[in-house]
Amino acid sequence: MECILAREGEQMRRSGWSRRDVINILDFSRSDLESLFELAGKISDRPNSIRRSLNEKIVATAFFEASTRTRLSFTTAALKLGGKVIDLSPEASSVMKGESLPDTVRMLESYSDLIVIRHPSEGAALLASEISESPVINGGDGSQHHPTQAMLDLFTITKLKGHIDGLNYAIVGDTRYARTAASLLYGLSKFKPKKVYLVSPESLQPRIEIKTKIDELGLRTEKLEDLEEIIPEIDVIYLTRIQKERFPDVMEYEKVRGSYEITRNLIVKAKRGSIVLHPLPRTNELPSEVDTLPNAAYMKQAEWGVPMRMAILELVIGGAKG
Amino acid sequence: MGGPNENGNSGASDRRRKRLSEKQTMLVQKISDGTVIDHIAAGKALSVLRLLGNPQARGDTVALVMNVSSSKMKRKDIVKVEGVEISEEQVQKLALIAPQASVNIIRSYRVVDKKNAVPPKLLSGVLNCNNPTCVSVKEKDSVSPIFSLAEISPLSYQCKYCGRKLAEQDILSQLG
Ligand SMILES: [Zn+2]
Repeated sequence: MECILAREGEQMRRSGWSRRDVINILDFSRSDLESLFELAGKISDRPNSIRRSLNEKIVATAFFEASTRTRLSFTTAALKLGGKVIDLSPEASSVMKGESLPDTVRMLESYSDLIVIRHPSEGAALLASEISESPVINGGDGSQHHPTQAMLDLFTITKLKGHIDGLNYAIVGDTRYARTAASLLYGLSKFKPKKVYLVSPESLQPRIEIKTKIDELGLRTEKLEDLEEIIPEIDVIYLTRIQKERFPDVMEYEKVRGSYEITRNLIVKAKRGSIVLHPLPRTNELPSEVDTLPNAAYMKQAEWGVPMRMAILELVIGGAKG
Repeated sequence: MGGPNENGNSGASDRRRKRLSEKQTMLVQKISDGTVIDHIAAGKALSVLRLLGNPQARGDTVALVMNVSSSKMKRKDIVKVEGVEISEEQVQKLALIAPQASVNIIRSYRVVDKKNAVPPKLLSGVLNCNNPTCVSVKEKDSVSPIFSLAEISPLSYQCKYCGRKLAEQDILSQLG
């Protein structure tokens, strides 16, 4: 088994993942994503047969914004692959205020083989990748991208529904500032979903540059204010958190907070076999009364965060040293 | 000649517009040496003058023609500056203010050089992003803002780092 995994990892690396920056999911082709899902699937099915392909390699996590799941899942993934992890905590990064981002990145690059960065400024990961020779993975940049979360979301859909094409999707809550929603929309545009409903008040509909891009890519979307209207035809319900810190205006936040709380009574009306996803952590929009419904898939989704990040690390820096 | 106008008769009003246009152009004398910038979108002549560093304030002779009829763009402005030849860098910026402008360099009443103000595909360090949380704004001491051309008309540029677009108005106000 170990040999098979190793050989497949090797082939996929040749197909274009090797030493690649992961900044924006739009940079990846459908077949790049499919080979990633295949490897993540093998890792999640047989967690004990994994080659320690990161042996001797050091992953640096640099989170300039609080994170639990993304940081810990990358850390766990690196450790499981036999790598080592150094961490620039948010506290340390605040001590370093005054140092420029490029200087910090140069330091991290010299200490490690790969950098996972999360930063409140849009474009921070792209900038880091321009400076660093080592691959950079975007763990979230402001309200712009969160590519590995979208890869995990799409992988979860593939695992649970068998495919991404031909399904109806509802992305609920904040599709304007939530980078998870933006990256998922970009990711979906690589596939052929039947329809994507953007369920949010007008003020939380996607920003113009996101809408223009997905239109250009031919993703069929429709805006809607009420999930209940369409819930019987939806296959994947994707909830997002409405995050105060993303809003340029606090008043705007106060107006829409809590407007997209779903309930158990609503989810029971959903199509048989449909799934509810959420990037977590959650706040009021997803009450725990939904957890015991068969549609609740967000715990699985979170659990697969580690195999997904293992697959990414394996493809980008796994295998031979150098 | 174009199709019928809104009154339904095409020829007469086109001819009238052409005569009017010739008459208006003749309002301004030909220059012997200098720069003629034609096909400036109506209303932008003053921005173009500012871009040229307000040559009138230095005592150079300047002719401004505003709101002339034009077959190419309905209404246009024209700027003529006697004794001053526009620089390449100014042509670049001109392309952002007046993307359809054509530039003629005049010596001894003859056109010796023609330049088209074509908005460049990539702009580095000329414009700033207006998204306050963009990394090119937050780290402005160490990063040069880079924009790629998103649309020619109306002109817009997209920030390489955050993806936000600068609309024509934002571009104009940044160039003063
Ligand atoms: Zn920007």
